[in-house]
Amino acid sequence: MEILVASAIGILTAGGLYLVLRMRTFPVILGVSLLTYAVNVFLFASGRLTIGAPPILTDATTYTDPLPQALVLTAIVISFGMTAVVVMIALGAYLGTNDDHVDDAPGRGEDAV
Amino acid sequence: MTHWVIMPVVLPAILAPFIILAARYHMGIQRVFSVAGVLALIAIALGLAVQTSDGTVMLYQLGDWAAPFGIVLVGDRLSTMMVLLMAVLALFVLLYAIGSKWDERGRHFHVLFQLQLMGIAGAFLTGDLFNLFVFFEVLLIASYGLMIHAGGNTRLRAGVQYVLFNLLGSTLFLFALGALYAETGTLNMADLAQRVQLIGADATVGIRVAAVLLILVFAIKAAIVPLHFWLPSSYAEAPAPVAALFAIMTKVGAYAIMRVYTLIFPVDLEVTAGLHGTWLLPVAMLSLAVGAIGVLAAKKLDRLVAFAVISSMGMVMVAVAMFTQESIASALYYIVHSTLAAAALFLIVDLVRQSRGHLELVTDAPVKGAALIAALFMVAAIAITGLPPLSGFVGKLMVLNAAFDDGLTAWVWSFVLVSSLLSVVGFARAGSVLFWKAQSDGAPVPEAGRPMPSTLSFVAVGGLLVLLGVHTVLAGPMYRYTTATAAQLVSPDTYISTVLDAPGKLSDAKAGDH
Repeated sequence: MEILVASAIGILTAGGLYLVLRMRTFPVILGVSLLTYAVNVFLFASGRLTIGAPPILTDATTYTDPLPQALVLTAIVISFGMTAVVVMIALGAYLGTNDDHVDDAPGRGEDAV
Repeated sequence: MTHWVIMPVVLPAILAPFIILAARYHMGIQRVFSVAGVLALIAIALGLAVQTSDGTVMLYQLGDWAAPFGIVLVGDRLSTMMVLLMAVLALFVLLYAIGSKWDERGRHFHVLFQLQLMGIAGAFLTGDLFNLFVFFEVLLIASYGLMIHAGGNTRLRAGVQYVLFNLLGSTLFLFALGALYAETGTLNMADLAQRVQLIGADATVGIRVAAVLLILVFAIKAAIVPLHFWLPSSYAEAPAPVAALFAIMTKVGAYAIMRVYTLIFPVDLEVTAGLHGTWLLPVAMLSLAVGAIGVLAAKKLDRLVAFAVISSMGMVMVAVAMFTQESIASALYYIVHSTLAAAALFLIVDLVRQSRGHLELVTDAPVKGAALIAALFMVAAIAITGLPPLSGFVGKLMVLNAAFDDGLTAWVWSFVLVSSLLSVVGFARAGSVLFWKAQSDGAPVPEAGRPMPSTLSFVAVGGLLVLLGVHTVLAGPMYRYTTATAAQLVSPDTYISTVLDAPGKLSDAKAGDH
């Protein structure tokens, strides 16, 4: 299972990074989403992988660490909200300039540096 | 346990929804409440700073849960000083926003402003790394709204870049926190400080990765080269009062580096040897140089100021990266100076934009009020480039003095002095093109359509510059204060024992655990 989780995190991160480097808003936003999925799984795994144990401290000797689950919950909420915000701002920028490039290449846009 | 520590977070958190619910259609009421809130924030921050000035560490346990289990807020000298700086800066920025009517050009300026203050105050006060992440997000969400306040295509475009860069930064932050938690099983800063000490020399891979990831996140916030690319467009395109408020946001990154890399990963820690202790100083010097070259090369005034911010952050980080008590004391002095100076400059940029209509560094006809704006610009430029007699000069002297004991003294001195020279040349060029050559141009003064900026705008900018003057005159007492603050940072035993030994719910379980 460790291999499975580790490779899932790795593949999600690699895919996310590739998409982020495409420099057009739609792939970049998809890439950021993939990265947040990767980090959620990573956070989840940071409390060690335990199967079939309750995420609560009881008298039993085996339990799943509940803290990473709380952290993941917070992270999911924040990344979800952030993605919505960036979609709206990107849409506004795209509809205004009819250009969905993220970077300031020379000769594009008024404020190319 | 006093409840005052959490007030800088709670007050704006209550005020923001109040403004949006009760006063959303009444700009006058919004302004009154916003200013009143900031004034109260200054009073609270001042009270906290006075209480902690004798070296006490104030602790607030949320829900009365004992430290490693619950979230704590901690107010020590550094935190309260930064909160006070933020509150004072916020007052002048807010006055400018009102005076220049920036707050009317879009919706919900005052709400977002208060939420921004809440996030920054929380980031300064928290004693828990995950909570720091959450407050970073709070301040970022508010800053996204402020950044694109009043809209416009160029601004939205810069906003997209800013948001995406910070989203990636947040993701990196979570990776760092996950790695840290996997290695130590805690995210409370004081508890981390103890547990990192226990890590054996044979299993340092994970913790070294975590330390590097974490410093990358803070370096993005502090805009250290090569992670500074987000800053020039964002700060140049943001509305002027927002850019001025953002002057404290880069300092949040510097604060986080100071806090985490003196408390959790002190520079003499065995397991993270050769990481930030070795590499932070060279990259900080590089930021200093890149910022100064940017100042020299900028074609527009707003970019010029943005690069000056990068350069001054480089200066702060040079001082921080030496990680001695003396160098951190000088860094703190310089942080206060550079926050006020950068904010004043961003506001002056807006005054120039209002009177000239554009910010290109080309000669143009003289405009109304140019003499006053030119005088303000000159004072602020003297301050930020570090010429005598203002606090920038004093601050740079302190940093250079602190560098005497470092192995890289010659490098630090040459980088600081050469980049200061470049900045002076850059600002002198900008000032002479904007204000001086305009007089010799002899073209008729365009009277139509460009009213003088309001008196309140000038009061706000003047107030910031007066504060810089006070900061210079009181350099002695300020330096003594920052030295005491740095002393508290480099020997964090009181901090750790205050946080971990305070009784609360579950503290019995902790006693059994150890």
